[in-house]
Amino acid sequence: MAATKTFLAAVAAAGLLAACSSDPETTASTGGAGAGSGSVRPGSQEDLVANVGDRVFFDTALNGIRPDQRPVLVRQAQWLGQYPQNQVMVEGHADERGTREYNLALGQRRANSARDVLVASGVAGSRIQTISYGKDRPDALGSNEDAWARNRRAVTVVR
Amino acid sequence: MTLNVNRRSLLAGGAAAMVAPGIWTTPLPAAAQGTGGGNPPTIVDITRARTEPIPIAIPDMAGTGGEGARLGQQISRVITNNLRNSGLFRPVDRQAFIQTAESAAATPRFQDWRVIGAVALVTGRVDGSGDRLRVEFRLWDILPEQQALGTAYNATSSNWRQIAHIISDDIYKRMLGETGYFNTRIAYIAETGPRDRRVRRLAIMDQDSENNRFLTDGQFAALTPRFHPDATRIAFMSYQRNEPRVYLFNLDSGRQEVLGNFGGMTLSPRFSPDGRSVVLSAVRGGDANIYSVDLGSRRERQLTSGAGLDVSPCYSPDGTQIVFNSDRGGDQQLYVMDAGGGGARRISFGNGRYATPVWSPRGDLIAFTRIGRGQFAIGVMRPDGSGERILSEGWGMEGPTFAPNGRVLMFYRESPARDNRGGGYSARISSIDIAGFNERPIVTATDATDPSWSPLIS
Repeated sequence: MAATKTFLAAVAAAGLLAACSSDPETTASTGGAGAGSGSVRPGSQEDLVANVGDRVFFDTALNGIRPDQRPVLVRQAQWLGQYPQNQVMVEGHADERGTREYNLALGQRRANSARDVLVASGVAGSRIQTISYGKDRPDALGSNEDAWARNRRAVTVVR
Repeated sequence: MTLNVNRRSLLAGGAAAMVAPGIWTTPLPAAAQGTGGGNPPTIVDITRARTEPIPIAIPDMAGTGGEGARLGQQISRVITNNLRNSGLFRPVDRQAFIQTAESAAATPRFQDWRVIGAVALVTGRVDGSGDRLRVEFRLWDILPEQQALGTAYNATSSNWRQIAHIISDDIYKRMLGETGYFNTRIAYIAETGPRDRRVRRLAIMDQDSENNRFLTDGQFAALTPRFHPDATRIAFMSYQRNEPRVYLFNLDSGRQEVLGNFGGMTLSPRFSPDGRSVVLSAVRGGDANIYSVDLGSRRERQLTSGAGLDVSPCYSPDGTQIVFNSDRGGDQQLYVMDAGGGGARRISFGNGRYATPVWSPRGDLIAFTRIGRGQFAIGVMRPDGSGERILSEGWGMEGPTFAPNGRVLMFYRESPARDNRGGGYSARISSIDIAGFNERPIVTATDATDPSWSPLIS
């Protein structure tokens, strides 16, 4: 658990294949462990983050996979095809502008949407688990549009 | 003298009654100068008390025995605090008292209390020898110069605080004609650590923030506790084994158990008013639907179906209806359906999204969170959706819970981060009268969310 959390902080700093703008200050503050892509172990989470993209972003209150985000999931599916031993957890999240219970359900629905694209792209459903954290595990810690856009996400994590 | 009378009645078993575990009560006869008996008036209309809080004098209770004086003072302070915090009473400044507490406990001089503006007086005597405690308390109606209430409580000394809450409830009921809410507890989520790595523990405290206890160790996140109607159990959500599910926590044994595995996340539990089942939301596929789960058989019954997220169900106090939150119509709104499912009709039509509906124990109102134009609000409406009133507005407030008498709400409020490191973020519980006044912060040891107000402890 703790390892995952630390890892997510690193992801925030390293990744950001995101379409949304990212505040450099936020990026710097969430951990300086930028993935040195030269040294990452193939098939690892670091590899997924650095070379594929571990997360997709959603529009406010919606759970549909945006056209601009779909390629990330298709690449994830291809990557999972290369590493058939990998099992993943897809974590769904929401921004803070909602109530806790509804956002838990919304985060679950987002995780399920991402999983569905992975499955449609050839990944066996048995390799994918989903979980929702609602608004309770933000990645960006501010209370502004940029932070909210970064927090409406589904993150694929190698288990 | 009164002591003999009470002992006799206690032995006879007639008038003695257990009001809470280990706390026995016997009525005290009217003291000499009051006419006593009958049912003296002094019922102050609650609406009037809101604009003009009742001036009440609460001198420290007189004490005998080793611990009597100390406990007498503490009990009086707890009563004072409770009544003041209700917003309906204005405890008179102790500096103004003319008659001494000791003397008033024997025989109040009504004139002395009338001239300092009190309309009611609380006196008492505490015998605190050994680990036994006897508290005699009287409520005096100043104008007619009558005893309005007189009761003796017997318990072990460790229960002194609870006796103070029971006396506060006695006074509230006698003065306002409505059941009080002071002998109650709050279950909530204690939150610590940075916002992206919060530790969330199930916690419980008295309604006045005392006796705080953490019930889970924080290894797994706990969310959304809700009291069973007998106040001995709590339903909540836990992330144990990375499988977010509804759990039951037994306050007597300290043990917790998963309610069941229903395939997928289960969330937003609430007990039925008869305590025999839990209604909750379960996410399967892309939809969240509402189910009731029988606590005996653990069998589930699906109450809603179809597209959309149906969450946050809550029974009406008579158990015949359920209000819930659904985005089936496009965005989050409130719906009421029959308790067995079916007949769902939308009740919220104001400006914004609506969430977290809770039915008042009185049955007359539904409290909710409203989100619109970047603002949150806590409000109430009648169960048919009419009469919407916003009680408080601001950032990040949600999750109302009713006091057992339906007169006060608690909810939690997050403050927005003022920078991108999350600086300035906090989460705190507040309470507010359902008339929209007397909003005040509730003291907690840590950040706190998801309050759940217990029924009256008995």
